[in-house]
Amino acid sequence: MAKRPIEPFLWTLFSAGGVVAAFLIPFHFFLWGLAFPLGWLKTPSYESSLALLRHPLVRIYLFVLCSLPLFHWAHRFRYTLYDGLQVKHLNEFIDIFCYGGAVLGTILAGYLLLSVP
Amino acid sequence: MAESIQLEVTRYSPEKGAAPSSQTFEVPLRRDWVVLDALNHIKDQMDGTLTYRWSCRMGICGSCGMMVNGEPKLTCATFLHDYAPGPVRVEPLRYFPIVRDLVVEMSDFMRKLRKVKPWIIREEEKPVSQGEYLQTPVELDTYKQYSMCINCMLCYAACPVYGLDPLFIGPAAIALAQRYNLDSRDAGSRERLEIISQHEGIWGCTFVGECTKVCPKHVDPSGAIQQYKLTAAKDWFKSWLMPRGAK
Amino acid sequence: MTHGEHDAVQGYTTHHPRWFRKRVSTYWWLEQWAYLKFVLRELSSIFVAGFIVIVLLWIRAVSGGPEAYETFLNCMKSPLVVVLSVIGIVFVALHSVTWFGLTPRAMAVRVAGKKLPEFLIIAVNYAAWIVASGFIAWVVLRG
Repeated sequence: MAKRPIEPFLWTLFSAGGVVAAFLIPFHFFLWGLAFPLGWLKTPSYESSLALLRHPLVRIYLFVLCSLPLFHWAHRFRYTLYDGLQVKHLNEFIDIFCYGGAVLGTILAGYLLLSVP
Repeated sequence: MAESIQLEVTRYSPEKGAAPSSQTFEVPLRRDWVVLDALNHIKDQMDGTLTYRWSCRMGICGSCGMMVNGEPKLTCATFLHDYAPGPVRVEPLRYFPIVRDLVVEMSDFMRKLRKVKPWIIREEEKPVSQGEYLQTPVELDTYKQYSMCINCMLCYAACPVYGLDPLFIGPAAIALAQRYNLDSRDAGSRERLEIISQHEGIWGCTFVGECTKVCPKHVDPSGAIQQYKLTAAKDWFKSWLMPRGAK
Repeated sequence: MTHGEHDAVQGYTTHHPRWFRKRVSTYWWLEQWAYLKFVLRELSSIFVAGFIVIVLLWIRAVSGGPEAYETFLNCMKSPLVVVLSVIGIVFVALHSVTWFGLTPRAMAVRVAGKKLPEFLIIAVNYAAWIVASGFIAWVVLRG
């Protein structure tokens, strides 16, 4: 093989992110986007939220929840831009924007989770 | 049932026109007629210059693929009365260059089929004296679905990725590659993977799924492609964890 | 004049002066309902990323102290954010539904030589979705 392609790895990230997003995001989004703001369910208190956030397993969970779906977005959005806008000639910029964005988001998530007081 | 139905047929003459145009014909609406019958009627009775491909008229040769009201169909399997009162728009297969009227240029498709090495590849051929290759029904079942392709090109006409990028190898070619990869007699997966792992191979596919929807033989090319991606991904991880030499 | 098919260019039908090639419109995805459904499914990834932004903001708010948390909650209550959230929830749900529907096609699961029926795999996915959501509810609503 001349050059080991990176596409299979990127697709794997996309798939893993898709699975995480499919199973976990809708209910989380429902809680924080509707149920709590509209008062359907009691919003968690600051103290309990902080206690939850301090737990190492919770932080690992949140890291996975943040990073993998971002790579899912990156891969899917990249192809949407290729096909939807037919801007394939800009493909280097698109690749950097998408995967770079996912990497930045992942680093940011890691940083925020590590700096919980 | 009404007496007749109108067909709006694409006409294009490379000697004359700069762009294709539409011509309307009124054909009898018979209960058992398919679009192909209507086209044959037009050619026999009305305009002998109408040009189109057809052969078996029973959905096995793959010649008569065209767009009927914007959907890729085998015209020998598409009944006129389903479109009553009409009119029925008959156009050449989408995303292919038009040669004349309803005939498209298909050498790109033929080239792509060849590209995936659609034959049994073995490290060592078994001599005839040793007898035939044996295959259990379960082994046959693994790839049988992908062997049913009649090369009708409806999947290419349905695939927006192929429309946007003619370099994309396409659904039928990948399904054909899978047909051989999954065949227990074949040892050529690695060779085919190297061909198809290029950017215009399986990775161009975004799983729109239209190819599977229009396939008259239920080959499910999009399923084949996604499974191929999974295989390629597993192979990629294995190649990092295990040295290349140990295959 | 050589024909296009004998051209050395791999996998591309070169321009032939007499063949007609229709240009694919930028709005190809509006020409068919199936195509539009596909593009909506792909656009759901934007709302997936948008939700991650909300999670990051939540982490920052909780780390920032009671006032920061309060500000975050008030922000989530604002009408614009609620409207965006509704749209976002619809799209991430679309992602889940389409993802579960496509999983059996992407993986040929065979048990004892027979391929499992598609609806069974889809049903297992939905069951896992309910279990996961229940677990999240238990963890988040406990305190």
